[in-house]
Amino acid sequence: MNVVVCVKQIPDPAAPASLDPTTHTLDRSGKLILDDSDSYGVEMALQLAANVEGSEVTVVSMAPNSETSGLRTALAMGAAKAILVSDGALAGTDALGTAKVLAAAIRRAEPDLVIAATESTDGYTGTVPVQVAELLGLPSVTFAKAVATDGSSVKVERQTEAGYDDVECSLPAVVTVTAGVVEPRYPSFKGIMAAKSKPVDTLSLADLGIDPSEVGFTGARQEITDVSAAESRSAGEIVVDEGDGAQRIVAFLEQIKVV
Amino acid sequence: MPIDKVWVLAEVAESGPTPVTLELLTEARTVASTVEALAWGPDTASFAGTLGEYGAARVYDVGDLGGALPGAPVAGAIAELVKGGNAPDALFVPATYDGRDVAGRLSVKLDRPVLTNVTDLAVDGDLSSKHPVFGGSHLVTARFAGEGPGIFVIRAKSFAAEPGGGAAAEVVPAPTPDLGATGGARIVDRHVEQRSGPKLDEAAVVVSGGRGLGAAEHYALIEELAGLLHGAAGASRAIVDAGWVPYSHQVGQTGKTVKPTVYVAAGISGATQHLVGMKGSKNIVAINKDQDAPIFSVADLGIVGDVHKVLPALIEALKSRG
Ligand SMILES: Cc1cc2nc3c(=O)[nH]c(=O)nc-3n(C[C@H](O)[C@H](O)[C@H](O)COP(=O)(O)OP(=O)(O)OC[C@H]3O[C@@H](n4cnc5c(N)ncnc54)[C@H](O)[C@@H]3O)c2cc1C
Ligand SMILES: Nc1ncnc2c1ncn2[C@@H]1O[C@H](COP(=O)(O)O)[C@@H](O)[C@H]1O
Repeated sequence: MNVVVCVKQIPDPAAPASLDPTTHTLDRSGKLILDDSDSYGVEMALQLAANVEGSEVTVVSMAPNSETSGLRTALAMGAAKAILVSDGALAGTDALGTAKVLAAAIRRAEPDLVIAATESTDGYTGTVPVQVAELLGLPSVTFAKAVATDGSSVKVERQTEAGYDDVECSLPAVVTVTAGVVEPRYPSFKGIMAAKSKPVDTLSLADLGIDPSEVGFTGARQEITDVSAAESRSAGEIVVDEGDGAQRIVAFLEQIKVV
Repeated sequence: MPIDKVWVLAEVAESGPTPVTLELLTEARTVASTVEALAWGPDTASFAGTLGEYGAARVYDVGDLGGALPGAPVAGAIAELVKGGNAPDALFVPATYDGRDVAGRLSVKLDRPVLTNVTDLAVDGDLSSKHPVFGGSHLVTARFAGEGPGIFVIRAKSFAAEPGGGAAAEVVPAPTPDLGATGGARIVDRHVEQRSGPKLDEAAVVVSGGRGLGAAEHYALIEELAGLLHGAAGASRAIVDAGWVPYSHQVGQTGKTVKPTVYVAAGISGATQHLVGMKGSKNIVAINKDQDAPIFSVADLGIVGDVHKVLPALIEALKSRG
């Protein structure tokens, strides 16, 4: 079973984010890391692959620069190889453009199962994986909180407003996983060393036969016209509990007539 | 692109159109002269009255999906309608599991991008959307360029639902395109998690707990307090991920959006993804032992203290009031 995992490499969410003042897109010029959301996908893929004989996990990423540190993390966790689509023309690509690029790269890996996160930490459009599925002509099961496969079909517990549904789907298919489905492993020292020699196939748009005008700022058919500070809530009263914290809350609830 | 016709993706539960559906219909009425809905399910016709009352003149009925996940068949039906020359200027899609699936598939079928996480819309000849970023500290305004309908995925509680007094919507069957492999996912069983009390996204009081509770069993404090206040119990993602409470309790970007009269956050740090789900609450009370916790920046009353002291005392105080 060929398992392909989409992994996005993002600016460290712990560092303060900023928007480029002219393009209004997220500044991605610094070092990028593996999106935490995707570490669940990588872990899920590794676990599923381990249960089906002859399986291999490939990670796929698209980035405007040749950043591979996030891919190396995924390789260190245990993925066998990586595909990076990297091209200067990709800066400013919208979700649909991203999906077109990823779909073209994923098709090359002849996937039986494609795994992505329900949404990325920095973009959180949450649409890329389903767009990829549609582009590849595959069924998709989103918001999986549990996944099992025998190599020919998947059984998924899919979150719903009310609880969850058991969903079955034959492979090939796209599955998106929520955080917390599995506990991502920490790469071992051995894994980190091994990752250094694992293959990373770097592709350009030309390699994928994609016209640069379909992606990037020129291809994006949505634009940000303004960014402004939101109305902030007026500062409230912050008090240190001196044993009277509960009473203060009761008084507040009385004041707003909740009790 | 002047806004003339808007379609709303209507989600219909057994009890009728969902609250977010009615919110989107109401907003569609204010931006467009013609509002139509798209729905699926075994019994759309019986909800034509409500859909009409909130603004839909017509509802395209995709019908019973027989266990198929809605994404592919519903997007397929919409794409056929659009390609048949019946395109709306915009499509409003609720930011729900199925709504997002439909939007993603339709985006490819129409070769149009999607604007997601929309919390407000503005019309000035054209339609533009507002999106909170950086945990809601900033608002981005965006719009579509080029030809074709704009697909807006809109968060619940962005607009208030109000009936407009329209007549029952005309029910028109939607086309049923051939989906090939894309329609292959099947629901084989459904599990409904029972919860008592009001629904999380409809309750006037929400009491949420986070990792600061320390252990799963301490969530009972949250449930007891919520019960005493006739409210609903919520949670941060940290404790949902840890398996302390089911996902249906999660408040935030990937969980429910709540706007209660009062939101009580106990042992929650106030990460940006949590804040976007509850910042719209009328009043916010936070209990956290770290006085620098970001949750205090949105709190009307912040208690710097230990949840294991404050919550039991609060529960006692409320009980003694009877
Ligand atoms: C793409 C994405 C989507 C996300 N979506 C969501 C979402 O929908 N909802 C959500 O909530 N999160 C979401 N998150 C996760 C979010 O970033 C935070 O990790 C999460 O909200 C933290 O939960 P917490 O506040 O319970 O835990 P922590 O951040 O660990 O905070 C625990 C708090 O408890 C306090 N504390 C500890 N002990 C005590 C005590 N005895 N008494 C009082 N206070 C105490 C600590 O000071 C701390 O502030 C998302 C993240 C990503 C990347
Ligand atoms: N540039 C990218 N490279 C690889 N995977 C991506 C990329 N963008 C999005 N994805 C995948 O799609 C998921 C959802 O992303 P988004 O639509 O941005 O919320 C991510 O968590 C990834 O799994």
